[in-house]
Parts: sequence; structure tokens; C-alpha cells
Amino acid sequence: MSQRAAPAAPAALAAQMTHGPTGLKAWLTTTDHKRIGLLYFWTAFGFFLIGGIEALMIRAQLAQPNGHLVSAETYNQLFTMHGTTMVFLALMPLSAAFFNYIIPLQIGARDVAFPRLNAFSYWVFLSGGLFLNASWLTGPLFHAGMLNVAPDGGWFGYANLTERQFSPGPNIDFWLLGLQILGIASLAAGFNFIVTILNLRAPGMKMMRLPTFTWMTLVTQFLIITAFPVITVALVFVMFDRFFGTHFYVHQAGATPLLWQHLFWLFGHPEVYILILPAMGIVSEVLPTFSRKPLFGYPVVVYSGILIGFMGWGVWSHHMFAVGLGPIADSVFAATTMLIAVPTGVKIFNWIATLWGGDIHGTTALHFAVGFIAMFIIGGLSGVSHASPPADLQQTDTYYVVAHIHYVLFGGTIMGLFAGMYYWWPKMTGRLLSEPLGKLHFWLQFVGMNLAFFPMHLIGLLGMPRRIYTYGPELGVSDLNLVSTVGAFLIGLSILVFVFNMWRTSRHGQRASNDPWRGATLEWSIASPPPVYNFSVIPTVTGRLPRWHTERHPAIQDPPAVPPAPIHVPGGSWWPMVAALGLPIMALSALTHTLWIVFVGVAVLLFGIYRWAFEPFEV
Amino acid sequence: MTHSAVAHHTSMGLDSRKMAFWTFIGSECLLFGTLISTYLIYKGKSVVGPYPHEILNIPFTSVSTFDLLLSSLVMVLALAAVQRGDMKWAKIWLLSTALLGLVFLGGQVIEFTEFVHKGLTLQTNLFGCTFFVLTGTHGAHVAVGVLWLLTLWVRAVQGKLGPANAMTVEITGLYWHFVDVVWIVIFTVVYLIQ
Amino acid sequence: MTARDERGNVMGQGTETGQHAHPTADVYVRVFFVLGILTLLEVGVFYVPAFHPVLVPVLLVLSAAKFTLVVMFYMHLKADSRFFTFLFGAPLMLAVAVMIALMFIFYGTLTLRGAAGAG
Repeated sequence: MSQRAAPAAPAALAAQMTHGPTGLKAWLTTTDHKRIGLLYFWTAFGFFLIGGIEALMIRAQLAQPNGHLVSAETYNQLFTMHGTTMVFLALMPLSAAFFNYIIPLQIGARDVAFPRLNAFSYWVFLSGGLFLNASWLTGPLFHAGMLNVAPDGGWFGYANLTERQFSPGPNIDFWLLGLQILGIASLAAGFNFIVTILNLRAPGMKMMRLPTFTWMTLVTQFLIITAFPVITVALVFVMFDRFFGTHFYVHQAGATPLLWQHLFWLFGHPEVYILILPAMGIVSEVLPTFSRKPLFGYPVVVYSGILIGFMGWGVWSHHMFAVGLGPIADSVFAATTMLIAVPTGVKIFNWIATLWGGDIHGTTALHFAVGFIAMFIIGGLSGVSHASPPADLQQTDTYYVVAHIHYVLFGGTIMGLFAGMYYWWPKMTGRLLSEPLGKLHFWLQFVGMNLAFFPMHLIGLLGMPRRIYTYGPELGVSDLNLVSTVGAFLIGLSILVFVFNMWRTSRHGQRASNDPWRGATLEWSIASPPPVYNFSVIPTVTGRLPRWHTERHPAIQDPPAVPPAPIHVPGGSWWPMVAALGLPIMALSALTHTLWIVFVGVAVLLFGIYRWAFEPFEV
Repeated sequence: MTHSAVAHHTSMGLDSRKMAFWTFIGSECLLFGTLISTYLIYKGKSVVGPYPHEILNIPFTSVSTFDLLLSSLVMVLALAAVQRGDMKWAKIWLLSTALLGLVFLGGQVIEFTEFVHKGLTLQTNLFGCTFFVLTGTHGAHVAVGVLWLLTLWVRAVQGKLGPANAMTVEITGLYWHFVDVVWIVIFTVVYLIQ
Repeated sequence: MTARDERGNVMGQGTETGQHAHPTADVYVRVFFVLGILTLLEVGVFYVPAFHPVLVPVLLVLSAAKFTLVVMFYMHLKADSRFFTFLFGAPLMLAVAVMIALMFIFYGTLTLRGAAGAG
């Protein structure tokens, strides 16, 4: 199924040759990193909207005391699914959309190292996300009502609530099986991107000439491949406890539910760095471009990112300061947690120094990048306050933590991702998002998020716990909750503005040139969107900012519009998708307690893998 | 099998598939590390028996261990044969590796059955669940390896395996040796250090 | 001109610079015998009561030696690019560090119940 992109052909054929075949089959079998990136983007954005609706329902319920919009059981499902969806189905895959689309372009490659494995990752992600969300609709299949069997144990599923004894329904099964499926997608992509970034760089692209986004992605992938196996095992233990009567987390057998917390947070803390580092990478690209100045202290920013990756493994029990670890463990983790603020702080100073004295172009992307810095500082400050065990004893399990989480993940990651969207939209779609609508989106979102999440610091310290479906008026947090709800709906409005912007741009958006922003990195040297082969000639780089004229080197020539010779482009393949389908089938077997289905799933998986392995496929 | 990356120049001068596989092995260290950590945390904490010293059969397991070590030798001989184009011996060694793997699995089946008869199941106590999930995960990895080796052997019999596919066989070997190395750790930590 | 098969793939040993000449079968067989001896020693230490006070450190050293031999020779890490050693070694060290940390954290926190016997 391979094809050749030829220099001279009739117009329509040329268009197809340049951008790849169209049609459903082309998209289902694609192994092109750009198309896979777009698939990730749209799927993840869809899940982001679902997670957002879940958030709005939570906020509507909490807008006033003794709310009765939803029952307690439904509320538990809402906050569980909101967290799980946002972390695993929105933030990570939105980052993955950029990994997929942008990384090969930034390193001067034609695709990732293993294009079919890349497609496999996407299809597994899609099936995992659908599996998880199917729980909203499949209640009747389990002799329960609709909206009854979605996961309801929190996104962190603490044992022993997750034991069959305390969660007899399929809710937790949906959760653990869905997460296992998603884990495989992330791991596969991790191996792919590590090899891609290390091994497929253009000539002259030394490691310390990599764009910062690529560096942060590399660190993120190492975190993924080391952290996900831990949660995989932890979930296997939950699964065995629930399905096979083991006692990994059962107190009476001599075990401890604390083991779950340790294993979960051993994964969970690296996971939050997995969530933030890509956004930090994006910000590190956007700021220099719109300050017309190189990133201040690039090596320091890179080393800080690496350091954050390593140190992120040493802090996990700061999520457990309230379980009684003892003074030694508490002190050790307090110290490591305070230390990890240092490389993060260093980056913030480097970003500010990048802007300082720069020729500022206030694009929407820059607004979001600067917003990231400000909001992340606030989130970081509440984070540092959590690092002190005595302070954290007051804060943990209250809305203070919810404030922290959302400042770093919404004010941080999501703002960073929107910066990336406005920045790379022209490259990915060939059109520029409207700047006025973008600014409106930004300000609505900025005001909305601060209204939504700042009061939560106060609400938490005033004593409102997390994960309660309602609260009494005597707690004195009613007004602040109402403000928070207003803020949340304002965020929703801002997202609608963005959706409108996307739609309008697709119809009437200004067409983008190669390089609407005068960027320094290689992705701006090719057409928007790029031809299927990316670079007609693989560039040779001599510096970190190849497209800028610097003291050390002139700007490189962009590759010619037409390749000098036919470029081989691998075609598509069905087998990654087929293999991917084996996984939800296996999960279905467990979900329905029907053994024979797992053999069908394994057979589908093996069939897909064998056909994949023996298929002629040249990169 | 595909050899996509071989014909292309790579930034680090290393084969992309080999690099991917070492990365995967690194990841698996965390997987088995977590399983072994859990075993160690719960060691000696079972509320009821049977306990390790009552059940573990060191002579039997030592033979299994030798079997797996021998299979590693034979695997590396298979690779050497493929690299020099000696497909006759490549087939013999590949099949032998698979068979030795099957012998190991057979030994696990016998051992597990014994344990169940003596009253140790997944559900009995902490020793049961940690032991069976750890060694079961390892055994599953061995089974996948056996399937992988038999696939290669069939390809060789069909004349579709040769020195051009040496990297594929090398990667198979990396997987197989890693599985052996995990067993080395398990044998010591579970069986010998009781 | 490198020899290529009909699919354009390079034939013979890897052309990538990360790989060196492979040891002969001789070396592999000798490594196997060393592995066998180490295993016998391990089992011996287990059975000989005199060694029981030092059982744990001796077994850890012996098994680490076996581990290293298989990884360095059979998995060819000794002769291959140091980068592969990093790709394997860093996560391995991480796993060991996590294991040690967990053991410290859990030490003494789970109560022994009854006369559980050895192990």
C-alpha cells in the first residue's frame, strides 16, 4: 500500500500526492503522524468537552447549599469521570496531538520511528476512551439505570473502596479496565517518541539544538514508560482482588490499602509532570517567537526539565501526608517536594527573562503563554504550601487542593495547550484562527478560571471537604461556591467562543503561509499544512534557531517547494487498528464475567499483530 | 518481518528497533520491580499458611532455573547461527530454545498444581496472591516468548528467515534473555531468601 | 556498495556503528558454565546451615553476578553502545531505588500475626 510522491502530475493528483489520499479508508488506515495528530486532537477535544460538561454539572450542583440537581451516587460518578476524563482522555491526548504533529517537523524527520505503532496508539486510546465513557450509557445492561455504572471511586480509586465488597457493581471494573487499555496506548507512544527524538533527527540537529518542546516531550516519554508500569501492576492487583478473590489490599489478610496509595502515587506524581512538561515546552516555544528573542538560558531550561523528571520520582508520598507515614517519611518527602520547586522556579525566571526587553507581539498564543506563567505561579505557590506536612494536614482533602490542581492543570496545562493550538493551528490546518475571537476566548477563560478556582483556596481552608455532593449553609461557603460556579460557566462560555472560532476559521479563516509568525524552528520552513513527506529535502541545521539569522549562523534556506526526486512515503495499514480492537474485547470479557470472550480478544490481537509483522511496509 | 529502520541513517548510529526494545526492557524493569516489591513488602505477613518454607521445592526449581539458563545459551547460539547464515543450526537452536521454554512452563504448571493440592491458591493468603501473580506474570512472558520463537522457527523452516533478519532474531534474544534475567531475580528473592 | 536483499535491506551484520564483532560460541558456552556454577553455589549456600548468617548478602551478590553475565554477554550490552546500557540501567536503578524506598517505608508498619514461621 505504499505510494510515491512525484514532482510532476495533474493538479488533482498532485494535490493528493502532496497531502495524501482522502476518504474514510485513508483516515482509518493512516500511518501519517500528521493525520494521527489530527485524530488525537479531535478525539481529545471531544473528551475535553465531555469532561467540561461533567464539571459544569458538578458546579451547578454545588452552586448552592443542599443542592439537589444530582444524587450523591451520580455526583460521585461525575467527579470521578471528570478527573479521569480530563487527565487521561483530554490533557494527555491533546499533548499527544502536538507530539504527533509537531515533533517530526521540529526535528526534520519525515515521520516517527514506527508509524504503524503510532496508529496503534491512537486506536487503543480511542477504544479506551469509548470504553470508559460507555459506562454512562450501559447501566441497563447491568440491571441498573442509566447514569448508574460509571466509575465512582475518584480518579485515583483508593483501596479498599474499590474492593468488590464495597463497590459491587461494574463501575470500578469500567475504570480499571479502561485505564489498563489507555496505559498501553501511552506506553507504545512512549517507546515510539523516544526512538524518534533520539534517532531520527536531521543532520546537525544535536541534542542541545533540539527545540524546547521536543526536549520536554522526550523527558515526558521517559516518565511515561517508567511510571505507567507501576499503575499497571497496581490495577492488576485491584482486578485480581475484584475478580479472583485475592487480598492485595485487604486488611484482614494482613495486607494494607496503603499499598494502593503508594503504587498509585508512585505513578501519579510522575503523571502530573507528564501533564505539565509538554505545556511548559509549548510555552518555551511561544514566548521566544513572540518576543523575537531566543529563549533565555535554553540549556538551563532543558536541564531543569530533566531534573524535574528525575526528582518527580522522589516526592510521591506528599500525596499521603495524612495517612500516618511517620515523622521520618513525612520529613523526607517534605524536603524532596520543596526541592522540586527549584527547577520549576528556575524555568519561570527564564521565561520572564525571555520576554524582558523583547519585541513583543501580543498574539493570542502569547496571551495564553503569559497566562500560563501567571497561573502556574499561583498553582505552584499552593503546591509549596502543600509541601509542609503540618500545613497539608489542614489542606488535604479540602477544596484548597482542588484549587491547587486546577491552577496547575487548567491555568497551567490547558492554557499551555491553548497557546499551542493558536500557535500551531496555521501549520496544522493551513488557516489562522481569528485573533479577536482568540483574545475574547482568552479573557473570558482567564477571568472565568480565576473566578472558578481562586475562591476554592478559601472554601477549602474554611473547611469544605472534597468529593462531597452537597454542603450545609452553616459552613459559610455558599457565596464563594456560587462565585466559583459562575466562573465555571464563564469558562464554558469561553470554550464555546473557541469552538465558534474553530468553525468560523474552517469556513472563512485567513490562509496561512509557511511561517505566519516568523518562527525559528524547522516546522515553519515548510508549507501549512505540510506535504505528506514533510520536507522535500531534509535540512541540515547549524544551530538551535535554524530559521533565524543569528550572530553564529545565517538563517537556513527553506526546503524547495517541489522535491528534486520522488520521495517514498509509506502507505496505510489496517493492522494497527485491528490489533487495537483486541484490547477492548478482552476488557469486555472481564466486564461481563464471560471467559470465552477473552479468547476472541486475544485472537483478534494476535491476528492483527501477525498481519502487521508480516506486512511489507517500508518507512 | 519488516526492517524499516535498518536501511536508513539514524542520528545515533543505532538501530531504531533495538533502541525501542531496550527502552521497552527498561520499562519492564519497573513492571517486575513493582511486582517484586509487593512480594517483599508482604513477605512474612500472611495470616494463615501454607508458608514458603512448607511449600517451595528448591531442587525442582533449581532444575527449572538451569533449564532457563540453558535456553539463554541456546538462544544466543541461534542468533550467532543466523548472523553467519547457517540456517540449519539456526533452526535447531531456535526450536531448542522454544522447547526449553516449554519445559520451563511445564515445570511451572506442575509446581502450581502441587501448590494448589497442598492448599496454596491465589486466595489463600498473601504469599499465595503475591507469589502466583509475580510468577504468573513471568510465566506469561515466557509463554509469549515461546510463541515468538516458534513463529521465527516456522519462518526459518519456510526459508523466510536469513542473515538479513538477524536484527529480528537479536531482538527476540533480548526479550528471551530479559525473561531469564527476571527469573534469576525471582529464584533468589522468592525461593532462596525465605 | 553494501549488499542488499530484494527489499533494499542491508545484508549481513548490522552496519550501524553501535555493534561490534560478536563473541564466538566458545565464550557463550563458558558463560553458561559460570552461570551454572553460580547457581550451584546459590543452592549450596541455601542448604549449608553454616552459611545462613550471611545467606542474604551472599545470595544477592551471586544472583547479581548471574544477572550481570547474562546482560553483558548474552544481551551483548558489554560490546554494544553505552547508550543501550543507559536505556536499561537507568530504569533498573530507578526500580531498585523504589523497591528499597518501599521496603523502608513498610518496615515495621505491617504487624506480624501469630507464629507465622520463617519468611
